Amino acid sequence: MSISTPPKLERAQAVVPRRSAMKWLLDAGLRRNLGLILALVLLCALGVLTAGDRFADSNNLMTILRLAAVTGVVSIGATFVITIAGIDLSVGAILALAAVWATTLSGQAFAESTSWIFMPLTAMLIGAAAGLLNGILIAYGKVVSFITTLAMMAAARGLAEIISDKKTQLITVDGFLQAVGGEVFGIPVIVVIFVVVAVAGWVLLNRTTFGRRTFAIGGNPEAARLAGIKVQRHTALVYTLAGLCAGIGAFMLMARTTTGSATHGTGLELDVIAAVVIGGTLLSGGRGSIFGTVLGVLIFSALTNIFTLNNLSLSVQLVAKGAIIVIAVLIQRQLAIRQSRT
Amino acid sequence: MTGLAGSHPALLQMRGIEKRFPGIIALHQVTFDVAPGEVHCLLGQNGAGKSTLIKVLAGVHQPNAGRIVFDGQDVDFSSPDDAIKAGIGTMYQELDLVESLTVAENIFLGHEQTRGGFSSRKSEQSKARELLARLGHPEISPDMEVGELSAAGQQIVSMARALSREVKLIIMDEPSAVLDSEEVANLFDTVRTLTANGVAVIYISHRLEEIRMIGDRITVLKDGTAAASNLLVSETPNAELIRYMTGRTISSIFPPVRSLDERTPPVLEVKDLVIAPGHQPISFSVRAGEILGLAGLVGSGRSEILGAVYGSTKAVSGSVAVDGKKIRSGSTVAAVNAGMGLCPEERKSQALLLDDTLIANFTLPSIGRFATAGFTDGAREYRASMEQIEKLELRPADPRREARTLSGGNQQKIVLGRWLSHGCRVLLLDEPTRGVDVGARSEIYQLVSELAGSGIAIIVVSSELEEVLGLCHQVLVVSEQRIVHRAPAGELSEHQILDLVMEGSTL
Repeated sequence: MSISTPPKLERAQAVVPRRSAMKWLLDAGLRRNLGLILALVLLCALGVLTAGDRFADSNNLMTILRLAAVTGVVSIGATFVITIAGIDLSVGAILALAAVWATTLSGQAFAESTSWIFMPLTAMLIGAAAGLLNGILIAYGKVVSFITTLAMMAAARGLAEIISDKKTQLITVDGFLQAVGGEVFGIPVIVVIFVVVAVAGWVLLNRTTFGRRTFAIGGNPEAARLAGIKVQRHTALVYTLAGLCAGIGAFMLMARTTTGSATHGTGLELDVIAAVVIGGTLLSGGRGSIFGTVLGVLIFSALTNIFTLNNLSLSVQLVAKGAIIVIAVLIQRQLAIRQSRT
Repeated sequence: MTGLAGSHPALLQMRGIEKRFPGIIALHQVTFDVAPGEVHCLLGQNGAGKSTLIKVLAGVHQPNAGRIVFDGQDVDFSSPDDAIKAGIGTMYQELDLVESLTVAENIFLGHEQTRGGFSSRKSEQSKARELLARLGHPEISPDMEVGELSAAGQQIVSMARALSREVKLIIMDEPSAVLDSEEVANLFDTVRTLTANGVAVIYISHRLEEIRMIGDRITVLKDGTAAASNLLVSETPNAELIRYMTGRTISSIFPPVRSLDERTPPVLEVKDLVIAPGHQPISFSVRAGEILGLAGLVGSGRSEILGAVYGSTKAVSGSVAVDGKKIRSGSTVAAVNAGMGLCPEERKSQALLLDDTLIANFTLPSIGRFATAGFTDGAREYRASMEQIEKLELRPADPRREARTLSGGNQQKIVLGRWLSHGCRVLLLDEPTRGVDVGARSEIYQLVSELAGSGIAIIVVSSELEEVLGLCHQVLVVSEQRIVHRAPAGELSEHQILDLVMEGSTL
């Protein structure tokens, strides 16, 4: 629709325009998530105003990050699912199943006699297996994701209760508690895991063929299929990834609470979906942002922290949470509209 | 040929219309008049601003400057609803129907017939039936789901919807694109009835012969400005119109058909392919460098043949082989791995990632090649995309632009470029020039010819017989899911093909 025809391209112009990493971050990361960053800054200001040093203290910041870590890791997996226009309601239940499976008495005895590493491995394996089952049903069985994962949500939670006999299992494997529950250079290990998973998730979504196909399937599944992409297999893998992240979240929560319980991760799926969606990932698929998801998770845990510091009830928190979801999505929408015009 | 300018006060006057999108001036000082009861044709290449102009008129876009006088009053439509209430009905090119609703529900969407607050299904149905009968399509039942209708049927519903309100002006954006000749004749009858009752029609089409049949006056847009206004159809030769549209003269838009070596072995071999239970088996082959045309009407089974060859639908029996190797049936993955590529009929819904960049669209099937151990190489992707953009003369030449923002012709080039950069042995083109303007058409023909010259086997499915005859070596005529005739393109005429298609006779 341009009035003037662009000048004929010179060979030399076909050079990739240089974009330094810093400029890229400013460009894509900050600009696209401006609303979220603003919200986080405002929240922090609110925290300092209401709770002063109790909020700005470095120990408190670590508390916020520790709170954010489990939801964060699970949200990274969910970002992929939502990017392909799917939904995973079962992550909380899968987390519980993975946690009780990894903390059975016999399992702990085995880990004690061999290596603590078998506990997180078990949790990840169980999580991934449950995710794979979701994926197979959705991709090959053509059951819609909402129903499949709703079924998994009930079944996994029930199985977790059967295995644990509804009892909370204390973790006695010291190696595990020290390794995952400890700190490196003053930073809790679970926070480090969150950072690692977030970075890996960003690279996977934005810098690999896997990520590209994820966007393609979310944006136009028919076009992806006709272009020869293995849509079904990829879909199954994405749900497996979400399950794996729930498994990782499971052993992180095990370390944080030093227990395994069938009640772990109750209601987690809604927190996860909220974080992903306010992070700018479209429920209709095709667009997803790991950076946005991380910001979304941080906003919610900062909010919880501020309310706790001010001795406000959980009920008030819930109201504020609902308001924030709506406001954030409204802002995102406005920004998206403005952006699509530039 | 009714009411021309001068004899009537104008129904619509658009003066100095200006519409800017960021970075683009879509309309610049456009003046456009429509008289009551006339058919005013709007011509122009893709991207000339036709769609923007009618969207301004329909209240979808608001102009940055300019004045619109409709039915003697200054109007300022802030939404499509305003325009509809003023008496302007629009049939969009991209059908805007809700597929899961019935025909009647679609027709009365937004102005449901109610009685005491409850929707009145009965009166909607009888009115819908009346409208459809008036349009010459009494066979479309008001309680059918729109999704079950063919594209042509949906077009009729869209028109019935426009007519279901009091309209003084109807905008038709390429209404004939999905219609066969009989349906076009029906459409024209309807248009004539409308104009006889004083309703004005703005008619957009790429087909000059249609404009000759139905139009009174023509306005030609080029690059967002009116290149010529109010030309009388009866006094303006085609050559002049093409000159206004392109700024150049086109003698022949088809490149010469390249000669084929008869000894070249076939690349694609289709043997006894049964597409659906009860259908006759189909066999044909395409040699390297050969362009095979599938001619026939919409719904005759051409696209279904293409789909079964490509594996997007699973065939009942039979085999498809590329370079002698059989391909697993019903797998697009196997087809692409074997060297096939498909440019599907519905670019937007079947081929493009509209919200993604040109780069992502180009590299969709071949992303693995731009990656090392699964990690993509953005710089290489960019260079390869830039290469395709240059080769295809794609505009605007910005690989990071979203595919959505490009015109139809350029979007088609993206899909072609995708398979060019992937490297294909067999290319399947389903309606490659649908919704593509004259200028870009000849570029696409040239491209297809060059691709064949480089040794690719090509199948072209097209509703435009001229295209099949002008571009292809060999033609298969398809009617009612069967191949009814096969002959070299040089031995066939449009007339013959039409006869074959209509009769469905076996020769």
